[in-house]
Amino acid sequence: MSVTHGTTTTAGPVPGDTPPEATSATGDAHRHSAGIEAVGRVARAVLPVTGVLSDPTQLRTYECDGLAHYRVTPALVVLPETTEQLAAVVRACAAHGVPFVARGSGTGLSGGALPRADGVLVVTSRMRTIREVRRADQRAVVEPGVINLAVTRAVTGEGYYYAPDPSSQQICSIGGNLAENSGGAHCLKYGFTSNHVLGAELVTPQGDVVALGGLAPDSPGYDLLGTVVGSEGTLGIATTAVVRLVRLPEEVRTLLVGFRSTDDAGAATSAIIGAGIVPAAIEMMDALAIEAAEAAVHCDYPAGAGAVLVIELDGAAVEVEHEYAQVERFCTEHGAFELRPATDAAERALIWKGRKSAFAAVGRISPDYIVQDGVIPRTALPEVLRAIAELSSSSGVRVANVFHAGDGNLHPLVLFDDAQPGAGKAAEQVSGAILDLCINHGGSITGEHGVGVDKAAYMPRMFSDDDLDTMQLVRCAFDPDGISNPGKLFPTPRLCGEVPGKRKHAHPLVEAGLADAF
Amino acid sequence: MAPTGDTVSLDAARTALSGACDDVREATAADAVDGVPASLVARPASTAEVGEVLRAAAGHELAVVPRGRGTKSTWGRAPERADLVVDLSRMSAVLDHAAGDLVVETQAGALLADVQAVVGTAGQRLALDEPVPGSSIGGTLATNSSGPGRLAVGTARDLLIGVTVVRADGVVARAGGRVVKNVAGYDLGKLVIGSFGTLAVVTEAVFRLHPVAPARQWVTVGVDSAGRAQELAQRVVHSQLVPAAVEVDWPGDGDGGAGSLGVLLEGTPAGVETRTAALTGLLGGGTAAGTAPAGWGRYPWDDDGVTGRATALKATVALSGVAGALDAGRRAATDAGTTLSWRGSAGAGVLYGALPATAGPDAVAAVLGPLRAACAAAGGALVVLDAAPEVEAAVDTWGPVPAIDLMRRVKERFDPERRLAPGRFVGGI
Ligand SMILES: Cc1cc2nc3c(=O)[nH]c(=O)nc-3n(C[C@H](O)[C@H](O)[C@H](O)COP(=O)(O)OP(=O)(O)OC[C@H]3O[C@@H](n4cnc5c(N)ncnc54)[C@H](O)[C@@H]3O)c2cc1C
Repeated sequence: MSVTHGTTTTAGPVPGDTPPEATSATGDAHRHSAGIEAVGRVARAVLPVTGVLSDPTQLRTYECDGLAHYRVTPALVVLPETTEQLAAVVRACAAHGVPFVARGSGTGLSGGALPRADGVLVVTSRMRTIREVRRADQRAVVEPGVINLAVTRAVTGEGYYYAPDPSSQQICSIGGNLAENSGGAHCLKYGFTSNHVLGAELVTPQGDVVALGGLAPDSPGYDLLGTVVGSEGTLGIATTAVVRLVRLPEEVRTLLVGFRSTDDAGAATSAIIGAGIVPAAIEMMDALAIEAAEAAVHCDYPAGAGAVLVIELDGAAVEVEHEYAQVERFCTEHGAFELRPATDAAERALIWKGRKSAFAAVGRISPDYIVQDGVIPRTALPEVLRAIAELSSSSGVRVANVFHAGDGNLHPLVLFDDAQPGAGKAAEQVSGAILDLCINHGGSITGEHGVGVDKAAYMPRMFSDDDLDTMQLVRCAFDPDGISNPGKLFPTPRLCGEVPGKRKHAHPLVEAGLADAF
Repeated sequence: MAPTGDTVSLDAARTALSGACDDVREATAADAVDGVPASLVARPASTAEVGEVLRAAAGHELAVVPRGRGTKSTWGRAPERADLVVDLSRMSAVLDHAAGDLVVETQAGALLADVQAVVGTAGQRLALDEPVPGSSIGGTLATNSSGPGRLAVGTARDLLIGVTVVRADGVVARAGGRVVKNVAGYDLGKLVIGSFGTLAVVTEAVFRLHPVAPARQWVTVGVDSAGRAQELAQRVVHSQLVPAAVEVDWPGDGDGGAGSLGVLLEGTPAGVETRTAALTGLLGGGTAAGTAPAGWGRYPWDDDGVTGRATALKATVALSGVAGALDAGRRAATDAGTTLSWRGSAGAGVLYGALPATAGPDAVAAVLGPLRAACAAAGGALVVLDAAPEVEAAVDTWGPVPAIDLMRRVKERFDPERRLAPGRFVGGI
């Protein structure tokens, strides 16, 4: 769960909240100091002076990502400009057993880029070149620090765009998107980052540079790229991405629809999908989320609505025309009291502004809030929303709902006031209970924000030990020493052991009960 | 079982397997995997039974080759050993179709056609083509086979949302889930797709589904050169007509240069009609039809087994390299005194080539060299999917594979004793 304090991303920990696996995730500042010095020497030798930070005040600016209540000051920050520089630093880390954490723009909401006190933070913000736009091939080759929206900006002139569009697209990086397998409002039709990254150059945790995938599809061998995408920086650092460019649609229609209740809006959504229409997006906001958006960006959503849907259709003009008529009919049939189509680009932008600013907007109606990210089968929506409402009324904790209605990805915003004793704890409990609802309905604990440090402790609720052990096999293949973003994603630190895994004696850490043998 | 043919250990293995599964028998000649004789065949009925079978196999050091329906069992290299064939044909149930969620859960031994029949009742489809008729879900995943529809909806990696596998040591593991959007944990489904049975045995799979479009129309236009095929394909993919497929068909026994480009449009009846008119304008002609042209969605090689085994090639290229690969292959084949038939997705950069059974190892090798170079120059690769044993033995079927060391390390972790389809995959994996 991401806890955001104040209107955006400030403030300290929730009272009583202990980050799961805090010690293993953050490391011991003193254990590797000799190693850090050695890595620092290598970094200073290969990077420009301004690319190595060790001054405590400078280091502190990197102490958290978008999940601001976990904070750890890294031992060293490096800002490489090339793959070679980055690989040299990673090689030094490997040689000295120093953990490293990659960081793109630091907008992650699960603490994935949380630094290690005993480790190096490798920031890609100086690797921001779009190396190639290959229109004929419908591909672009970009460096990991390139901002998501910059890819689209670079190719719209040629009639193309980059489809995955997280709400943070103005600031988040392609490398971070790749690591989180980020989605966006339009992934209902166009898919996630994993469907749009066709190749990558990866610096392995040993510091080797390998090519995964490429310009052409179906590279021979295992689909390591598919495994690396979404692995949250635990399998190495991506230093280049080959991304798919998508042709801009001939027609886009955006429609804002007001409903009396989320049940009505949900029924309309089911009718649309049931009719075989795949909209580019269907987003839902409930009354509380609408109230917040109004307060923040004056998006002028229908007054008195218990829920709104933002529906976007795109594609060939004739097809969109037809689908649009059907969508209007389904909405009306299910109790829509206001249908407001965007008539120009400005109106379209305003409709989306209300939706895309929803997280931050909630700060207008509550001093503190948790951004939850869970998934349910879409058809369970009415039931789960009712259960969330019950949770909210029985606990007295307000919950605003914003979500990708088309694919069942919920983003409940759990509101609280940290100044009130116990409020943070109560909000945490409601937020956790929402994840339980998702799991109990056969869903997922995260649809796009990732596991990071935040949800590592929830992984055993979704996966068995055998499932997690099997995932760990991949980790061990890439990173047997466990130095690439350790403490994230998996609930307990595990040791890899030697291939073929026939160990005679227990590892000392296992004997001491400090780690599970794997 | 070491060595193969050791009757004592075979008997012991058979006893252990029979304890794990009630359908275990001696293999026959028909169970041979790409010419490699098998000793035993087990047909487990559930994921748990596959686990038991693989645990028993591990206990007796048996090399295990998973089999769906055996339609592509000659693909890849022949395994070094095939002590035990784990046949998944008893696990053929389509477990659950959640129509409202556009999701289907199926056992791996289910026929792709059966899955389509079930989801079709709700006007839905699993958007995976079936280039080899009779394919099972597991075999489709293991070989990552795909067809024309990949242009718009992608391949197995874009559709598989959850997977259950059994590891070489018999441990059952799941990844993903039953929801379309899910980023919890590593995506093991991606790893097993295209792994040719060398990492784990897939026993169950969950896929996202797509609605069936109410109308379809194919527009076919003749092309007299590879350059022309690419040029027209470029026009279509850069248009806003939203093609569902862009295929090139280029028979080697044709009159020198003649081939065709086929474009599929899907949508509403009125929409498809309007777009078809626009498309023929864009292509400067073409014939529209409500049914697919001959050979659509089939590989260009004969799989009847009567004419001997053709050499089956898969060439991948960036879109600007389509013509280069088509030409390079055709030229090399002519120089080697044989013919090369091409068919595949000119819009996605995946082309399948067939060299006739009459082309021996030398001729195949003479084609592979220049063609592989052309594919590599276009950011892709060339692999020999299938070939007669003497051809397979003489040529580098998989070709150079970047990141092979990392792949080996993955294999070592999943199957340290190299018992799952050993030798079938890249780099001898
Ligand atoms: C207001 C707001 C709205 C958001 N909306 C969405 C949304 O709609 N959809 C969505 O999916 N997410 C959303 N997010 C979450 C976040 O923006 C995404 O996860 C994004 O992809 C993170 O990118 P980043 O560059 O900030 O990565 P960071 O936060 O810097 O890092 C994220 C993870 O990626 C790893 N990483 C970074 N770069 C690399 C690399 N080159 N190689 C390997 N690993 C790397 C890090 O170690 C870390 O684990 C939102 C966040 C905010 C603050």
